[in-house]
Amino acid sequence: MTAIIEARGLGKRYGRRQALSDCTLSVPAGRVVGLVGPNGAGKSTLLQLACGMLTPTSGSIEVLGERPASSTAQMARVGFVAQDTPTYAALSIADHLCLGAKLNPRWDAALAERRIQQLGLDPAQRAGRLSGGQRAQLALTLAVAKRPDLLLLDEPVAALDPLARRGFLQSLMEFVAETEATVVLSSHLVSDLERVCDHLIVLAASRVQAVGEIDDLLATHFRLTTARREADTLPAGMQVVQADHTDRQSTFVVRADTAVDDPSWVMEPLALEDLVLSYMTRARDTGADHRPVLETQR
Amino acid sequence: MIEFHIEARSGVAPYMQLVHQVRQALRLGLLSEGDRLPKVKDVAAKVAINPNTVLKAYRQLENEGLVSPKPGVGTFVTGTLGDMPRSEHEPLRQELQRWLARARGAGLDEESIEALFLNTFRSSTEEEK
Repeated sequence: MTAIIEARGLGKRYGRRQALSDCTLSVPAGRVVGLVGPNGAGKSTLLQLACGMLTPTSGSIEVLGERPASSTAQMARVGFVAQDTPTYAALSIADHLCLGAKLNPRWDAALAERRIQQLGLDPAQRAGRLSGGQRAQLALTLAVAKRPDLLLLDEPVAALDPLARRGFLQSLMEFVAETEATVVLSSHLVSDLERVCDHLIVLAASRVQAVGEIDDLLATHFRLTTARREADTLPAGMQVVQADHTDRQSTFVVRADTAVDDPSWVMEPLALEDLVLSYMTRARDTGADHRPVLETQR
Repeated sequence: MIEFHIEARSGVAPYMQLVHQVRQALRLGLLSEGDRLPKVKDVAAKVAINPNTVLKAYRQLENEGLVSPKPGVGTFVTGTLGDMPRSEHEPLRQELQRWLARARGAGLDEESIEALFLNTFRSSTEEEK
């Protein structure tokens, strides 16, 4: 299967601050990819590198087989909705659609008009007067009417109330079902991501911590509770993501091919949210202490 | 036509939730042979879930022989879930009760019995696959 995004050793540095380091990943076609991580982890940087708004300071990234924004033909195939779903406050909805039609060679006017109608929006309405949910829907409409093969969304639902959020995700999933486009969307809401995504990238401390199909990630991560013992005494096939100890008990989050039955421990499946949190915690702790020990456990 | 829903906090994979709901609808008689399942696109848009999840659920149901896809038309119910009549549950229930009594007699507490049953149930289901 061809990769839609292929990053190798990708990095971005702003002055002395490294926003993204040594990012190697491959996004297969037709996936809806969730990008999750704490604020400042490099999520927006990665999305902006993918759409060509930023250029890497190290490594390389290819999108749809080309360097991002290397040609107008390539740009026409990539849709990007920036954080807070920006629109032009003084322009009407109709103006936005007109702008979209003039700027995009693959513009689907019928789709754009149908969506505005479905949403019950008045084309004469100025974007500045729309609610947060309506503005997000307008930004999504512009991005999907461009008929992109890859749609990048930077925290599109962060500012929306639950009803508007559900409406937005419904529209997004309808678009995916209709076009089989690849989508990458960043969010803090793991429950949303679990619902709409089939692939996940956990980004923390400017590095990729975990990546893969959500079903595979869930099938290979476990919580293991046992009498106090050191992580290095666990079987060789288990990689420890996180370890917590009390004076008597040890709790590990481990990555393993299957659960291993052993009377001396309890090994249970892990919810996606806990899985994400354990990778984020590990990244935070290793980043703070600069302990190389845990780095080798990857 | 049936409608699907997803319970985010149930801990059951979304595609399995859809599979359960179709099986349930078959048992309740809400779906019968020849009925069409909702279109993948409609389920994705209505429930706000990944269309691949819906496809995965439909494929699973196909593997179970309960539905079959007609290209370009939709996915149709082809099987039934004929549960045995209630009266025939009774001997099985009595056997299980005798087993439970033996387990308790052997000193197993409720949680151990439950764990033993679930583990055996799971491994025997896996063997059948």
